Amino acid sequence: MMPEYPDLPLPEDGKLAHNITYFARALRRAGLPIGPGRVMTAIEAVAAAGFTKKADFYWVLHACFVNRPEERQVFAQTFRLFWRDPRFMEHMMSLMLPSIRGTQEEQAAADAAKRAAGALLDGAEPPRPENPQGQDEDDTPIEIDASQTASSEERLRVMDFEQMSTEETQAAKRMLTRLALPVQPLPTRRLIAANAGRRPDWRRTLRASLRSGGEIATIARRRPATRWPALVVLCDISGSMAQYSRMVLHFVHAVANRQGQGQNRGWAAVHAFTFGTRLTNITRHLRRRDADAALAAAGQQAQDWQGGTRIGDCLADFNRDWSRRVMGQGAVVLLISDGLDRGAPDRLAFQMQRLQLSARRVIWINPLLRWDGFLPRAGGIRAMLPHVDSFRAGHSVASLAALAQALSDPGDVGEKARLMAAEALGGAAPGVARGQAI
Amino acid sequence: MVTGDMQDIDGVQAALDGQGYVCGRALGTVAFLALKLGRPLFLEGEAGTGKTEIAKALALALGRRLIRLQCYEGLDTASAVYEWNFAAQMIAIRAAEGSGADRAALTRELFTQDFLIERPLLQALRPQPGGAPVLLIDEIDRTDEPFEAFLLEALSDFQVTIPELGPIKAPEPPIVILTSNRTREVHDALKRRCLYHWVDYPDFDREMQILHSRVPEAAETLSREVVAFVQRLRTEDLFKKPGVAETIDWAKCLLALDVLTLSPDVIADTLGAILKYQDDIARLQGMEAKRLLDEARQSLEPA
Repeated sequence: MMPEYPDLPLPEDGKLAHNITYFARALRRAGLPIGPGRVMTAIEAVAAAGFTKKADFYWVLHACFVNRPEERQVFAQTFRLFWRDPRFMEHMMSLMLPSIRGTQEEQAAADAAKRAAGALLDGAEPPRPENPQGQDEDDTPIEIDASQTASSEERLRVMDFEQMSTEETQAAKRMLTRLALPVQPLPTRRLIAANAGRRPDWRRTLRASLRSGGEIATIARRRPATRWPALVVLCDISGSMAQYSRMVLHFVHAVANRQGQGQNRGWAAVHAFTFGTRLTNITRHLRRRDADAALAAAGQQAQDWQGGTRIGDCLADFNRDWSRRVMGQGAVVLLISDGLDRGAPDRLAFQMQRLQLSARRVIWINPLLRWDGFLPRAGGIRAMLPHVDSFRAGHSVASLAALAQALSDPGDVGEKARLMAAEALGGAAPGVARGQAI
Repeated sequence: MVTGDMQDIDGVQAALDGQGYVCGRALGTVAFLALKLGRPLFLEGEAGTGKTEIAKALALALGRRLIRLQCYEGLDTASAVYEWNFAAQMIAIRAAEGSGADRAALTRELFTQDFLIERPLLQALRPQPGGAPVLLIDEIDRTDEPFEAFLLEALSDFQVTIPELGPIKAPEPPIVILTSNRTREVHDALKRRCLYHWVDYPDFDREMQILHSRVPEAAETLSREVVAFVQRLRTEDLFKKPGVAETIDWAKCLLALDVLTLSPDVIADTLGAILKYQDDIARLQGMEAKRLLDEARQSLEPA
């Protein structure tokens, strides 16, 4: 089990190297990605820096084991548990004891502390509650009449998610996983060799000329390489959106986990956030292979499923904390929301504007758009509409499939133009006809 | 490889201090380890917290050359590592044709050291006067993943391969410092090869020391007010919190304006030196600045 280390110039206290190894194991169980190479670096570093002051020892190990700002807290907690106070351990043990508290309170316990404790109490898993929420829900057997598959698929395509039965929902989810979300590659400033390129590649030209003894026969060329943009999904999970957001997240999960390279894979990265009363980053959970498990894990983290909505505040949080980190490379934003916000419209409009300015494109998917004669009466919708590039419905498989159009055509505005015109005319102009029902 | 008094953490701190760079114990420890173990140092943090400065201070303190590679989107080997001087190569070909020289010999001569243009990364692998240079790879988050992957090889072996010349290895590995503003996550494989440190905003005392060291001509009372106000400002919900660089700039602005003590009017006039986003500035107009100033003054009083 123990990896073997080469001889290190350690003082006679050979236990220290072992302890550092155990400490690294504890950190690993707490979720820090630490391989044996880093453990060796750490032992080397401690030998180099000496073992005199506790604070120095802390920072020496910190330099070797921590790789991201988020890991600092887990490291601090684990360090404290491991190297100092055995009584703290007992306190953490009590955190791991079974309890019948709701998920709200569960989450309230500091996440980092729990991860650190869990790492040290290896194997001592807390007993699971009898009936974990949301686990059995999707386990219902699926029965589909195969003889009618083609036509029922056709029917399902245009059916509103909200009107589906459990079986139909399951079938629709499977259709969603097959759905592609094609994306246009972006040109980069990097150049690659290409026969039909427009820029000369002198280096290759000269290399080729050597074969003919310095005679330049053809000029090699280059063109800009392409790359794939990132997709950022902001999904409203408030009460009014519950059924739609679940389906859309299934779709997002399928897009995020698509295998392959290049055109088959598409997006360079998929970042997903949910919001209701607060913003939650669920990107990590979407990496699970199984869609239901992924969404269950995401649901555990986002505490505000089916609560109220504070779109303005959540967008403000996103703009301040995340947009600079996930939207740096020309990301496309998919905003899934009904736009029914209780906050101040000014603030919402301001945050939407900022979102649009930092994104390559903002596509708003609003399930309310399925209603014939939908008009942007609600304050929130009126505030958001001017600041999106495309406005589309998202209530059925077919409408999500139509997203492909919005993504491949940079000029696509969806229903935005119609609604903006309707609003300009006072919102009740009789001449404004409803577009085709998707 | 570590020269002079940089034999322990205190030594590194003192040497940096001598160059006007005040660093905390944590940063001093990481810098010491980077020097001692010969590992790249990866510094991440908000803009204006002194990530780039530490490389300059280290180079000065060690008396080494500083080689800077500023990253940007599309950075490729031609601008980061080396490029062939094709114009000179063309001339060499023409000259050889004129004199009727041996063609086989020509092809051997075209891709030699004489026609090589060295870019920062390759320069850093060459021996320099005074010892191995300090290589600063600035804002690595601005490049793309292919370049990161390339760095992975260059930084683990301190070696680059030029197909025509073969591998070039540094006789003495350079001191490498990478910085990132975290506009995207740098791949773990690259971070794993480095010693990592998150550079945070300093606390009141450290920021006072920094200000003393960088703007020594500022009066004590003004410095204290400036630092207290900036510290207070960082607790506000701002889009971009002011960094240490902004504190220094602001103190210099106030000095240039002959300001002796802060007032809401002065703050309103010079806010552009510390806040760089219009909505943040708009927030602080009027009474808000006065409130923050009063609170900052209160925090100063017991001291």
